[in-house]
Amino acid sequence: MIAPGIGIGHYLTLSAILLTLGIFGIFMNRRNIIVIMMSIELILLAANINLIAFSAVLHEISGQVFVLFVLTVAAAEAAIGLAILMTYFRNRGSIQVEDVKLMKG
Amino acid sequence: MIVTAFFYIFAAILVASAGMVVAARNPVHAVLFLILAFFNAAGLFLIAGAEFLAMILVIVYVGAVAVLFLFVVMMLDIRFDQMREGLQRYAPIGAAVGLVLFAELVATLAGLKIAPVEAAAPAASGLTNSAELGLVIYTRYIFLFQACGIVLLVAMIGAIVLTLRERVSSRKQDIAVQHARHPADTLVMADPVAGSGMDGQILRAPGWTPALDKPAPARLETTS
Repeated sequence: MIAPGIGIGHYLTLSAILLTLGIFGIFMNRRNIIVIMMSIELILLAANINLIAFSAVLHEISGQVFVLFVLTVAAAEAAIGLAILMTYFRNRGSIQVEDVKLMKG
Repeated sequence: MIVTAFFYIFAAILVASAGMVVAARNPVHAVLFLILAFFNAAGLFLIAGAEFLAMILVIVYVGAVAVLFLFVVMMLDIRFDQMREGLQRYAPIGAAVGLVLFAELVATLAGLKIAPVEAAAPAASGLTNSAELGLVIYTRYIFLFQACGIVLLVAMIGAIVLTLRERVSSRKQDIAVQHARHPADTLVMADPVAGSGMDGQILRAPGWTPALDKPAPARLETTS
């Protein structure tokens, strides 16, 4: 029991829905890399919700430490990804995912 | 009872705004819905008893990451309506993958049995969540915590290196050029006759160019 009336299943279901939405978003917005990165943030949020729920139900604080780590990595990933995006846009004038085929020859 | 109601409210808004992040036509709206999703996730963290992480989520994600996204979306001058063209082509694949994944997750969750750990009851006494987290972060997970710092440092340096560009037109101070200057390059000694002045003529050092169309000073050549 996490809270009265709320079990672990509620949280796991919610994070499953969130994960599915994130993956669906990656497929749905194949062209727009910014929305793809936002979908990745949603997926990471789903993972965080899982960790927090298990941490609450097992009375174990370690899960929250790992959420802290995931948050850090997600922030770093967003910063680096958006910096690469800016550089790419400056060089090529487009951020369409399908235009990124320089290495294809 | 009120906690349950709040859980369902937060969860409903979270799922709805996550769906809008995926489906929004305008990326600015998508970012704003992402912010709403993070706020509701913070509410869910609060219900689960992770107050510190809820505040971190609001501060770091809403305050930094989402604003960064918003900044980039607004800074890139892109016609986003063109990007929606391939939508109908990819939506069935995405829906199929999403449905399969969700079915798998539901099947997993249906068979899930959590071992009864209620015996290991709240050992933590009157400690707040932040204090509890701090007791663990600085002792058992100190290396993990420092690795977090290194990751953030690498991210910061990487982002700066990636986006910093040398502007050709900028006039910043170049110490080496300043040190290489010689008085003979810049200074001309004149000896006018007393009372006659310079006859309206301006003496220029060799190599002088008007300041406005002067390129960035590469090196001053020495004139003997």
